[in-house]
Amino acid sequence: MQGVKSYLQVSSEIGILAVGVALLMISGEFDLSIGSLIGFSSMLITLLTVEGNMSIPLASLCSLLLTIFVGYCNGLTVVKSGLPSFIITLGSLFIVRGLTIAVSKIITGRTQLGGISESSGYNFMSSLFSSNLTISGVDFPISILWWILFVIAGYFLLNHTQIGNWIFATGASKESSMLMGIPVNQVKISLFIFTAFCAWFISIIQVITYGGADVLRGEQKEFIAIIAAVIGGTLLTGGYGSILGVMIGALIFGMVKQGIIFAGVDADWFQVFMGVMLVSAVLVNGTFRKKYVHG
Amino acid sequence: MELLEKNMFMDNTRLELKSIYKNFGNVVALKNISMTTNSGQINCILGDNGAGKSTLVNIISGVFKQSKGQYKINGETVSFLNPLDAINAGISTVYQSLAIIPILSIYRNFFLGQEPIKNNIFKTFDKDFATTTTTQQLKKFDINIEDPKRMAGTLSGGERQILAISRALYFGAKILILDEPTSALGVKESNKVVEQITNLKKQNINVILISHNIDQAFMLGDNFFVIKNGDLVAQLEKSETSAKSLRKILEK
Repeated sequence: MQGVKSYLQVSSEIGILAVGVALLMISGEFDLSIGSLIGFSSMLITLLTVEGNMSIPLASLCSLLLTIFVGYCNGLTVVKSGLPSFIITLGSLFIVRGLTIAVSKIITGRTQLGGISESSGYNFMSSLFSSNLTISGVDFPISILWWILFVIAGYFLLNHTQIGNWIFATGASKESSMLMGIPVNQVKISLFIFTAFCAWFISIIQVITYGGADVLRGEQKEFIAIIAAVIGGTLLTGGYGSILGVMIGALIFGMVKQGIIFAGVDADWFQVFMGVMLVSAVLVNGTFRKKYVHG
Repeated sequence: MELLEKNMFMDNTRLELKSIYKNFGNVVALKNISMTTNSGQINCILGDNGAGKSTLVNIISGVFKQSKGQYKINGETVSFLNPLDAINAGISTVYQSLAIIPILSIYRNFFLGQEPIKNNIFKTFDKDFATTTTTQQLKKFDINIEDPKRMAGTLSGGERQILAISRALYFGAKILILDEPTSALGVKESNKVVEQITNLKKQNINVILISHNIDQAFMLGDNFFVIKNGDLVAQLEKSETSAKSLRKILEK
């Protein structure tokens, strides 16, 4: 059970991000800025509470507004410029990370900040985001429960609503969708906002769990979330994917990452393994797509 | 639905264009186009690539607005903001390549943009209704699919065109624009589509057929409009012409 707990904890954070990332990928876009948004949001919450004496819930709300504003800007720039989101959000990855580091240093002179556990509202936030649920004697982090909720919500949205149909269609063929009257730009912008929301959510879990922030939080998380989505069957070209698949992708990621440690293999091999998994998944997904597109 | 079907057999939906001009910057794409089409007829627009057929279709279907001239439906001037606006007014276009999304399932394609919503708190997509309706509607066009949850990419080219046509009719199209419906198809598939286009006359649809294929257009059509360099050079009824003379006008 300890082992299960260990990999579920890793999977849950990636899994929450991957729900947002997968929906956005299905609509045909990428967001590489979410990793740095986690650093940005966690630093902002910590600064506002520790330096600004705000309560944690209020600071979190402020951070939410700013984070989803960045998501909105990403979406708006992509839609208005018509440029690949890969490039636009690669830009915002560096802009957001750079700003987080620079501004944190100007204000505090440091890149790490702690002491959030003394701020008001900590106990409330802690019970929501970093408490444990005891199942057969083992304490499971509550983030697993959040992950399940994100998966259910994402699955429901994609498969059982009108918006879900629009997300699929937008990614599969923007032109056809526009001719059928689907507001493709709004669909895309909303999903950029949603990935930013997922990043914000992870930042809350991390700030509360670790009692503070580090400007480098969330580094490479954007890639790992994409890997989980692709292993879960999401097409890089958009138009197809499954939230349950993505959940399995995140689960595999956690199992492999922790499994390698438990198996006594040098953790350096983990990256090799993930790379191989990613390329194989892309090849399989591509074959699948060809089969349908070319009859 | 019953009401809709009843109306279909009673109404004439007349499309009228009066002295339509379209400029793109300094380029004149259409010059003084005037034409009228009625329900229960197949109206063919013939012309070479670049003659202005697409521009004309895009004006009728609400993609562009004309620079000058009047566009009327049943005597009333209309002005569409976008294609959806035109669809809601009963004017649907089936585009050659963009009609159907291959990696989306058949029923999701059928209801794309007009998904049926269940009356519950979550406003869920009514898939049961969508799948059964799709199967029923396709049956009307002689296409039997056991599983509408299949990807549309598994349908043949002709079946995809027919899926797009049946979808347009289901959502109340009175004027149906078919943009080169058979140009990408083989003979057998092409015949299937032709058969269904002929049936559209019985359903009292005002069909506007854009075609390269003069023989096929002549076989199907009632009225012919020949466009050359943005000009409407000939406007003929079937009794007044032949495939041969249409070709002559085009190649002149």
